[in-house]
Amino acid sequence: MTLRTKAPAGMLAALPLVLFMLVAFGLPAVAMLTGAFSTSSDAPGGAQWTTANLTDSVQGAYLTGLVSSVKLSALSALLAAVLGLPLAQAVVTSRHRALREGVLAASGVLANFGGVPLAFAFIATLGNAGVLTEHLGLTGAGWSLYTFWGLVIVYLYFLLPLMVLAITPALEGLRKQWREAAQNNGATGFQYWRYVALPVLAPSLLGGYVLLFGSAFAAYATAAALGSGSVPLITVQIADALSGNVLVGQGNIALALSLDMVVVAGLVMAVYVPLQRRSARWLD
Amino acid sequence: MTAATASTKATTSAPDPADSSTATTVEFRALSKSFGATVALDGLDLTARPGELLALLGPSGCGKTTALRMLAGFERPDSGQVLVDGQDISGVPAHRRDAGMVFQSYSLFPHLTAADNVAFGLKMRRTGAAERRKRAHELLELVGLPQHADRFPHQLSGGQQQRVALARALALRPKVLLLDEPLSALDAKVRVTLREEIRRLQQELRITTVFVTHDQEEALSTADRVAVMRDGRLEQVAAPAELYDTPATAFVAEFVGTMNRLPGVMADGDVEVLGQRLPVRGAAPAQGPVDVLVRPEALEATADGEGRSRVLTAAFHGSVTRLTLSLPDGATVKADVPSHRAATLPAGATVTVTLPQRPVLVDGPTA
Ligand SMILES: Nc1ncnc2c1ncn2[C@@H]1O[C@H](COP(=O)(O)OP(=O)(O)O)[C@@H](O)[C@H]1O
Ligand SMILES: [Mg+2]
Repeated sequence: MTLRTKAPAGMLAALPLVLFMLVAFGLPAVAMLTGAFSTSSDAPGGAQWTTANLTDSVQGAYLTGLVSSVKLSALSALLAAVLGLPLAQAVVTSRHRALREGVLAASGVLANFGGVPLAFAFIATLGNAGVLTEHLGLTGAGWSLYTFWGLVIVYLYFLLPLMVLAITPALEGLRKQWREAAQNNGATGFQYWRYVALPVLAPSLLGGYVLLFGSAFAAYATAAALGSGSVPLITVQIADALSGNVLVGQGNIALALSLDMVVVAGLVMAVYVPLQRRSARWLD
Repeated sequence: MTAATASTKATTSAPDPADSSTATTVEFRALSKSFGATVALDGLDLTARPGELLALLGPSGCGKTTALRMLAGFERPDSGQVLVDGQDISGVPAHRRDAGMVFQSYSLFPHLTAADNVAFGLKMRRTGAAERRKRAHELLELVGLPQHADRFPHQLSGGQQQRVALARALALRPKVLLLDEPLSALDAKVRVTLREEIRRLQQELRITTVFVTHDQEEALSTADRVAVMRDGRLEQVAAPAELYDTPATAFVAEFVGTMNRLPGVMADGDVEVLGQRLPVRGAAPAQGPVDVLVRPEALEATADGEGRSRVLTAAFHGSVTRLTLSLPDGATVKADVPSHRAATLPAGATVTVTLPQRPVLVDGPTA
């Protein structure tokens, strides 16, 4: 009785969310799918079904862009995760409350300090005519901001604070008793991290890495503002194609490229979810 | 199969960590420690004898945990020493001290099964997997949990978790077992059974044990000797019965068991109370008003139509009945009488209250 009256009421409560999902995700997804699989409606004879966009999107310059986007994201996320963990640990264990709160607040700001301002900050300091570049004679040492590694450094600027924010709660969840119990059982500091802390943190570390990867993979404005033509990135290519003042039908290529990104994200999740489940096996 | 038979088997196959001839002595010598302005330990002197269970008892904040953590190597003394079998261990890092510790709660590694938790220390010492499994199983049998070897901590009850923690603390056959309020997070019934089991195990293994608690009943019922601490110092250390019957100070007297304060007056080194004159035990002022400390079971209440005291309430506690009495001068005290006599002492009855002719403790008057 009560069950029968409650079930529709529960569904009704979820209705706004369902509607929102439909409008915010469903409509763009449908538009992307249909667009990716059709020719331009501006073409003579109107839009036709085709797989040409998709095959084009994984060839030549577009393939290079996709691969370097994945490489850049995977690598900068890895670096940020590896550097962010000890940084976050230092913040968490700091005795100076003001320092802790300061770093966390700054991380909150810096994690969102992407895009044009960040690009210009780097151009002004580490660009070809940047202050530091000239001061330290970096160009002679082979430095250029407009390379793959240059972009990695720039990306670290918002990924590192993002990692600190993402992992801090998990680090705060490590109980003092675990470290002491480990010591009491003969574990050195290294053994504590190897056999207790890292395994306990593993699910959060994985989750943090995926967050960083996604954030780097989807980043556009920073790279675009750097004008780093020498490092092709898929997001920049999508933007170029969309603003396509050049060629007819490029909008549909942009949609196919977007679909590629969705597929990459799907693959990442396909690896992440089982790994996550395994690392958190002890939680169920 | 009961836990007891299981444990006998387990201990015969595993050599004791310490038999009585080799059991360890632990000595705290003039230990002091401050955290900022807070003085946690203020010159603690105390010795745990070989193979005994020594309870550290005292109110919260009196420094019990700090003393224990110094023995485990988690805190450094500002001054003083911790000696194990006569050796100063100040320089030994925590992971090389031979002391197994059971924490208050939530100390099991959450990502390891009960068996892996128990075997953790063996793994750190690079003991082989087969040997680890065997020893973990023995220890889980010892604490009565052989069937829970593959459970993760969150799948165990609080009491089971503490049993696993106890097994883990014993896994490396430590010289000393340290227990920091291991039962305080458990409910009353589990607390009693587990403390009995800790005691049984400790006696079986003859391992020198320091058991921190703020629960006087727990300390009295479990320990060979109880050390009462106050403000970072030792107040008294004695066997439970001695502590209860002849507390050295008013603080101990009132912390252990129930204590009445009766108004009295000092006279020539004796004290006058309830119209009686009693000798005084321990320190006392030369003259003036004092409080006389008397246990409820020492107060004698007899029905007396002419009596000047009155029964306010009578509460049945099985073999004894606890009376609340109002004395002639208005003070309220508690007296325990055998329940078979309580019928003559209902609420409202007038009574005469007397004290046995024995030395009493006195304290400066509180009122
Ligand atoms: N790490 C610490 N930092 C600051 N104060 C502490 C620390 N550890 C203990 N204290 C203080 O020292 C005193 C004794 O603490 P503790 O040994 O834990 O007492 P107990 O175990 O008897 O309750 C308390 O006042 C406590 O607040
Ligand atoms: Mg304590």
